[in-house]
This record gives sequence, structure tokens and C-alpha cells, in this order.
Amino acid sequence: MSTALHAVTVLGHDRPGIIAETTAGLAGLGLNIEDSTMTLLRGHFAMMLLCRGSADGSQIEAALAPLAAGGDLDIAVRPVLDQPAHAGGGDRWVLTVHGGDRPGIVSAVVGHVAALGGNITDLTTRLSGDLYLLVAELDVPAGVEPGVVEAGIRAAAEQVGVTATVRPVEADEL
Amino acid sequence: MSDDLTADSARLSAWTVDELGTEGTVLPVVRAPDLVLSTRGAEVDPTDPDMIQLAADLVATMRVSPGCVGLAANQVGVGVRMFCVDVTDHPKTRTRHGTFVLCNAEVVAASRNEKAREGCMSVPDFTGDVKRASRVTVTGTIPGTGEQVTVATDAFEARALQHEIDHTDGLLFLDRVAGAHAIYPRQTYL
Repeated sequence: MSTALHAVTVLGHDRPGIIAETTAGLAGLGLNIEDSTMTLLRGHFAMMLLCRGSADGSQIEAALAPLAAGGDLDIAVRPVLDQPAHAGGGDRWVLTVHGGDRPGIVSAVVGHVAALGGNITDLTTRLSGDLYLLVAELDVPAGVEPGVVEAGIRAAAEQVGVTATVRPVEADEL
Repeated sequence: MSDDLTADSARLSAWTVDELGTEGTVLPVVRAPDLVLSTRGAEVDPTDPDMIQLAADLVATMRVSPGCVGLAANQVGVGVRMFCVDVTDHPKTRTRHGTFVLCNAEVVAASRNEKAREGCMSVPDFTGDVKRASRVTVTGTIPGTGEQVTVATDAFEARALQHEIDHTDGLLFLDRVAGAHAIYPRQTYL
């Protein structure tokens, strides 16, 4: 039996029942939902699921077609290769950036993270009124001094008029 | 608890806004991204008449704001290290010291971290999960007399004090959230 992995994305106008209908279609094909995430982005429904099973892309698209029939949801199905994840093993940090909204805040800050070889493993941004807010989790290569990471990110944030704080991820090992 | 801590705790509990001898005025509350909220406040002379008036204003503003359990000076646009707290009626409160104002306060001991969801009048559209100590010892000065007190507290009063002291240092709860999925929008986009 094939165990192909597919990414299914569903984007569009929110209403009750989208997740129920999507997952019913996937279950009907015998697909197993592995990782998934769903949120509302300024009220718009946004979901991505990775599902594994023997169905191919066209079968999945056909099963989900009724969802998109109303014209207010966009559904995409793409094959995903099973590849090893980016090697972690560095230091994990939480980054908060907030300040007055303007274009270029995210790019300025995450550009600095990328230049350090840091990998962003989770990211949320929110805009509310004039307040722009970014919270990210970073995986920074071992050996990069925490002080260097923090000073560089703060400087990058300052250039676009916002403040940044960086702190270690706190995980209580029990 | 040491005798000094017990005496200071009794002193703070006995404090009332009437000691300031001036009527407070309700002030408008500023919101992020106002820079005054992300700038560490100046140290306060607790005997300065302007600062005594500000202390009364903070209490007056806190009292007219529904659900407000604490307010820092920079939240009313004044960049100094002063705040008021009153968690008396909150269900998560254990130890309580009633209404009080502290200047130049610092956390001197903290233990037993717990995560809880916080909001803030200056960030009205979001709440966030923040880990803070549930037992703290805080030192600061009382406006008017300028007495220095060091008090130990716990539970919700401990959280409120750390939130307000963060304000005086130019930090919002947003700067302490536990992760990328620890921020929650309050408003609905309809």
C-alpha cells in the first residue's frame, strides 16, 4: 500500500463545518491526518493538513471538490516528499517584536535571524489598530552567542522603529 | 516570615489613598504602540508633590476602569516608575494588601513559576499566556511618606505586581509570552 503524503490547504471565508467536511472527505479515502494547523487570519479561515494514505492527489481533490463549490473556499492538494526535518539541536528562543505598524517589520527582523543561520520554527503576526505584533520561536545554531543574537535582533528592530525581546524557551522537564 | 516583612506588610495593608491628601483625577489610558510603554521609566522622588498627585490619579483611574487590578504611570503617559495595584476582589487572590501605590519597585525574590493568561488595558485587543512567579518579595517606596517597604505576596497579587513592575521597566506582557501560539486576539473580525 502506498503511503504517499499530501499537503491539503483550505483558505477562504469562515463558516461552521469547514473542518468537519474536509476531514470527512479525507476519512472517506482512508487517509490519516498527521500534523495540521488551523487558524483565523483576520477572520479568514486558513488550514493546512498533512495526510497520508493510498489516495492520489486527484482523488483527494475530487473528494474535497464539494467544499469549494460555493466559490468562497480555495482548496489545494500537493504531494509532499518525506524528507528529514531541518536539523535542530541548537538553542531555542522566543522572540517578541511589537511597535507601530509599517511595511518591512517582519522582513527586517527575520532577515537578521536568517543571516545568523537561525531557523524560525513557529511564527504568529497580528495587526490591531496601529499595533503590530510578531511572536516567533527560533532555533539558533549551537555556538552562536545568545548576546549576539539578541543585540542583532534588537538593532534590526530599532531600524524599523519597533522593540524586540528575546528569551529562552522555557520547558519544564518532568 | 521575618518581623520586618510582617511589619511592612501590615503597613502596606493599612495604607489608603486618603494618605495622599489630594483628590485623584481620572486620566486617559494610552495604548501600544505608544513609545512610553516600551521605555523604562525614570526613578521617582516619592515626596515630590507632582508624584503624589500622580499616585492619586493612578488610583482614581484604576477605580473607574472595570476589571482593572493595577495601573502603571506609563499607562497614563507619564514615564516614571510608579504603579498602583488592588486585587482585593479578584477570585485568584490569596494574600492581599488592598489598594496601594509603589514607586521604584523591584522584585527581590521570586519562586514557583506558574503560567496564566493575562490582559492589559494598554493592549486591549490581545491576551497572552505568561509564566510568572507565584511567590514574590517586592521592595518599593510609598508615595507621600517615602517609606521603603519590602513585602512578600503570592498568587494573583504576585502576578499583578510583576506585570506592573514590568511596565515600569518598559516591558509589556507581550514581551513575556510563552510562544508563538500563546497570543490570543480578543476582537472578532465580522
